[in-house]
Amino acid sequence: MSIEISRIRKSYGAFEALQDVSLRIEKGELVALLGPSGSGKTTLLRIIAGLEIPDSGSISLNDEDATNSTARERQVGFVFQHYALFRHLTVAENVAFGLRLRPRATRPSEQDIRERVRKLLDLIQLDWLGDRYPNQLSGGQRQRVALARALAVEPRVLLLDEPFGALDAKVRKELRRWLRRLHDDLHIASVFVTHDQEEALEVADRVAIMDHGKIVQMGTPAEVYDNPASAFVYQFLGDVNLFHGRAESAETSVSYVRPYELEITPQAETAHGAVLAKVRHIAAAGPAVRLELLREDTGHALEAEITRDRYRQLRLSIGDTVGVTPRNIRVFAK
Amino acid sequence: MSLPFKKPSILPGFWPAFSYTILYLSLIVLIPLSAVFLKSVTSTWSHLWRVVTSPEVVASYRLSFGASLVAGMISVVVGFLVAWVLVRYQFPGKALADALVDLPFALPTAVAGIALTSLYTENGWLGRYLAPLGIKVAFTPLGVVVALTFIGLPFVVRAVQPVLADADAELEEAAASLGANRWQVFRLVIFPIVRPALLTGFALAFARALGEYGSVIFIAGNMPMKTEITPLLIVTKLEQYDYAGATAIAAVMLTASFLLLLAINALERRTRKFMTMG
Repeated sequence: MSIEISRIRKSYGAFEALQDVSLRIEKGELVALLGPSGSGKTTLLRIIAGLEIPDSGSISLNDEDATNSTARERQVGFVFQHYALFRHLTVAENVAFGLRLRPRATRPSEQDIRERVRKLLDLIQLDWLGDRYPNQLSGGQRQRVALARALAVEPRVLLLDEPFGALDAKVRKELRRWLRRLHDDLHIASVFVTHDQEEALEVADRVAIMDHGKIVQMGTPAEVYDNPASAFVYQFLGDVNLFHGRAESAETSVSYVRPYELEITPQAETAHGAVLAKVRHIAAAGPAVRLELLREDTGHALEAEITRDRYRQLRLSIGDTVGVTPRNIRVFAK
Repeated sequence: MSLPFKKPSILPGFWPAFSYTILYLSLIVLIPLSAVFLKSVTSTWSHLWRVVTSPEVVASYRLSFGASLVAGMISVVVGFLVAWVLVRYQFPGKALADALVDLPFALPTAVAGIALTSLYTENGWLGRYLAPLGIKVAFTPLGVVVALTFIGLPFVVRAVQPVLADADAELEEAAASLGANRWQVFRLVIFPIVRPALLTGFALAFARALGEYGSVIFIAGNMPMKTEITPLLIVTKLEQYDYAGATAIAAVMLTASFLLLLAINALERRTRKFMTMG
């Protein structure tokens, strides 16, 4: 099942949520729509699901035009950020909901429904919670139930709107790996919306980065990370330092360096012409040590990330002056 | 001292709040109501029994409870619709329509009664179009139902409105993406959410209708055995200085209403169960 989105536009009053967006997602592919809030990613997802009607443009599912079909007809599984579980139904009944709706002719027998629900609850590892109500569950459990509910109707496409956004960091990491494995087993086209670049880069086969209603870059995580198309993409995909080198054409371009691409040297060993900076803060917990520096020439703040070994070698303390040399500068036209 | 129902709690003020609740319930509800029972037993049992089972009084029970039930049910259906429109749609004059809903609360009920009567008599604005169809509203049980619906509607609207406003549109979208059509979305998602509120609204409208006097007596016409409501008979007895008889009827009505409300509340608690667990 593939998804073909072509030339979609959508405005809310004067606000253009989507401006001429086109995108093709192949069967078996897991695509992330990544962007800041207001970039149009959720609107795009809802348009794919049929929950929102585009002003113009078309959507094809499996190369059949679906632009005018309703959410019901599209047979997509949709997972909401805040789960949207039916709180008056038990977990098992939530999962069975889509099956029980079917007209008698296509509805599985009661026994088959129960069997399918049991298998899905097994899959989400919550088989022991079938009789509970949603508000007796933790956030992570609820989201897994919401996923099982969407999968119960065997959707042709799985769409997830910030599925892990409301969960705490640890559960989020766990669930996104689990989602990746699940997606590989199901082999359907899946699209998920996120504003967390780490999540998108880790889980997705391809990432569509959105800004102001447009897809600004589309590619595999490695492609977009290594070859960002614009300053926006570069900034959005990780921490950055605005780095002004020597006067070179500062009017027409901007230069950026990632924190781990700054070489820190003791003041004494600093080559002539390197930038000097004062250490303002040291965060020494974690796999890498983060330094907050203040450039002595321009007064700008810099953030650097060095290995623990290097940190021990340098024997830094707050107030020291160090030399800073960028290993890799990216220059973007303004 | 420890009573079995006091659990340690970080919320202070259980005893003062509880005491005030009991005090006010006693002063305002329990003591006046017990006076009704005490007053009625100043007469002999046989006299009381004769009064509360006389054909005229029994006919009035039938009308009062019957019309109140019907009016309550109409209020539930219409009130739900009104609440739905007020919550779900934007239209010019919405604030006005919203304020209009409360008007029956504020209006002296006698005014409502006179207005309804003049509308629905055979030469009234509405009555003249209904009369050729053979529908008589004023001075019939139907008129009683109309007046009681007028009184009961705001209770349902105000009970349902906030619940409907709180209901997440995402739930409906989730149901639609799972394959539900509009009717299934309503029946399986929206209705279960508002059901407790509908029951509350029904109980309030019903209880209010049972005790309603002012708006009904004008439109009912008060024909013995046909359109006399129980509160009217109580007033009639009072006017005849038959205090024991009046309070006896009141006691019967009170007991019946109380049992009905208790049943409705129990039903409501059952439908609300899923929300309080966990």
